[in-house]
Amino acid sequence: MKAPVLEIKNFHVDYGLGDEAVQAVRDVTLTLHRGEVLGLAGESGSGKSTLAYGVTRLLPPPGVISGGSVVYHPASGDPYDVMALTDAELRAFRWAETSIVFQGAMNSLNPVHKVSTQMLDVIKAHEPQLSPQARIARAQEMLKLVGISADRMDAYPHQLSGGMRQRVMIGMALVLEPQVVIMDEPTTALDVVMQRQILAQLVELRERLGFSVLFITHDLSLLVEFSDRIAIMYGGRIVEEARSKDLYTDSLHPYSEGLLKSFPALRGERRELSGIPGSPPDLRGMPTGCSFHPRCPQAFDRCSTEIPVLGIPSARNDPHRSVACWLPGRTA
Amino acid sequence: MKFLLQRLVFYVFTAWAALTINFFIPRMIPGDPVTSLINKFQGQMSTDAINSLYVLFGLDKNASLWSQYVDYWGQVFRGDLGLSFTFFPTPVAEILRQSLPWTIALVGITTFASFMIGTSLGVLAGWRRGSVMDGLLPVTTFLSSIPYFWLGLLAITLLAGPDSFFPSSGGYEPGLVPSWNAEFIGSAVQHSLLPAITILISSVSGWILTMRNMMVTVASEDYITVAHAKGLPERRVMVSYAARNALLPNVSGFALSLGFIVGGTLLVEIVFSYPGIGYNLFQAVGAKDYPLMQGVFLVITLSVLVANLLADVAYLLLDPRTRKEG
Repeated sequence: MKAPVLEIKNFHVDYGLGDEAVQAVRDVTLTLHRGEVLGLAGESGSGKSTLAYGVTRLLPPPGVISGGSVVYHPASGDPYDVMALTDAELRAFRWAETSIVFQGAMNSLNPVHKVSTQMLDVIKAHEPQLSPQARIARAQEMLKLVGISADRMDAYPHQLSGGMRQRVMIGMALVLEPQVVIMDEPTTALDVVMQRQILAQLVELRERLGFSVLFITHDLSLLVEFSDRIAIMYGGRIVEEARSKDLYTDSLHPYSEGLLKSFPALRGERRELSGIPGSPPDLRGMPTGCSFHPRCPQAFDRCSTEIPVLGIPSARNDPHRSVACWLPGRTA
Repeated sequence: MKFLLQRLVFYVFTAWAALTINFFIPRMIPGDPVTSLINKFQGQMSTDAINSLYVLFGLDKNASLWSQYVDYWGQVFRGDLGLSFTFFPTPVAEILRQSLPWTIALVGITTFASFMIGTSLGVLAGWRRGSVMDGLLPVTTFLSSIPYFWLGLLAITLLAGPDSFFPSSGGYEPGLVPSWNAEFIGSAVQHSLLPAITILISSVSGWILTMRNMMVTVASEDYITVAHAKGLPERRVMVSYAARNALLPNVSGFALSLGFIVGGTLLVEIVFSYPGIGYNLFQAVGAKDYPLMQGVFLVITLSVLVANLLADVAYLLLDPRTRKEG
């Protein structure tokens, strides 16, 4: 197994404080390895974006990280806990080590500053020793890598199309050559053709620059094709984690199965699309036991009383998989 | 550039319309200014004098309305705004030339200072929501609801007096002759302190409130989160990303208030008997001094238009989205 680069351990995020608090992310343990693409999928409200914001300590109030650690392994030097960094250390860590591409490509760029200003200020903040010419050269090179011509540096965001803006954001995310890039639904606002182009480019760039990606989306079909491993989130918890191929052909959690059955396969025989009955759980009043049990077609008595623990499935004996489900052959 | 030309054409048209209205209004008001002047001299005027007054005021009964209108424009372009009744026979242009610097100095500087102070405080209050700064908001809201003539009267009652440092009225020590020397300037500053503070207190809170609210709105934009995620220094995110964008709506507000510098301070100048243009207007209204009123209105109209033009230019510079391509 490859070396880890980002280890999220027993991570908890609440919205609000005290009794009123809503637990959006509960006890998430997830490891991102060097050079891999880890997909994180789930319905709206499952806590996947909250996890991304929490890991980078960008949660807007009233979001509170109520427990857990995020251990980052730098390219050289000892690993450290991101949660324990001081403000100055955190600023230095952000973008240089872990950058983020956000969901809203349209609003991620400041409308009143030129693309160049927004790209150069991040280089200036992290590498002040670099000369202005070198900064410009670096920014132009990065834009070229994502398919934006250098003369677009002087454009304002409103002069670019949605796809171009997201390319600029990806270029900006890579400009300091971070080890980890978190992508929070980066292509959701784009049409499928543009989506495909940008993802293909991302794969190419990853091979070239060797960064790891935490890819967050609700589009499981996209992940199956594009990521190395997939983690499925439901109600703030990880319910299943496996290599993409395994998850696609042999999912163990009924929720993963439901997600997979809700989009058509491109190849192979036709099958019934079923979807998942019911709606995502209300975080203020989570069901007891497994939070998926009210919607689960295979639920039985134990599901409503005990919370299943994420672990290696007893029927598969594969250290690369884990699942949290009481069905026979799943949680040991 | 094309946008600016379009605006310029629009402003020229507006100026024409405003000046035309300015020409017609006194002529539609019942009674006429000469009659009131005759009353002032209590009938001790010959018929010839009266006739020549009519000609002098541009109210020559023999001339057609059109030729009066043409003459009026000629006068406006020559800067000849007629003679004032109150200060007869001083030309209105001369009175305005004397009073305008007072108003611009007092209200101009305080408006600018109020905008700068209010905006900066608003930025801080909006950025650190829930902090001590934010707790001051109810106080500022209270202050902004106080009309400033009342605040002025209060200030005079409490602070000004025979033994006080603050004079209660006028623009400078009565014995002094206006000139650029230390004594006169010192006296002018001393006289302007109380009205300036009054204006500042009652207007600064408006800027704080609007800026603070815009900051709160802008702070939740995605690009602010991105700026944080980029690891930029807090100060840069606050100034260059948040405040820079939050400022835009305030700029047009500022331009409007620049336009009202001349007209809007009537009350302050009355309360403090300040020798500015608002006080002139007050005297003109009291004495039915139509030429002076017309002159003051002309200045107000033009200053509002110029302020708006400045706002357009500022907007072009600050917001790239308003610049049209080509």
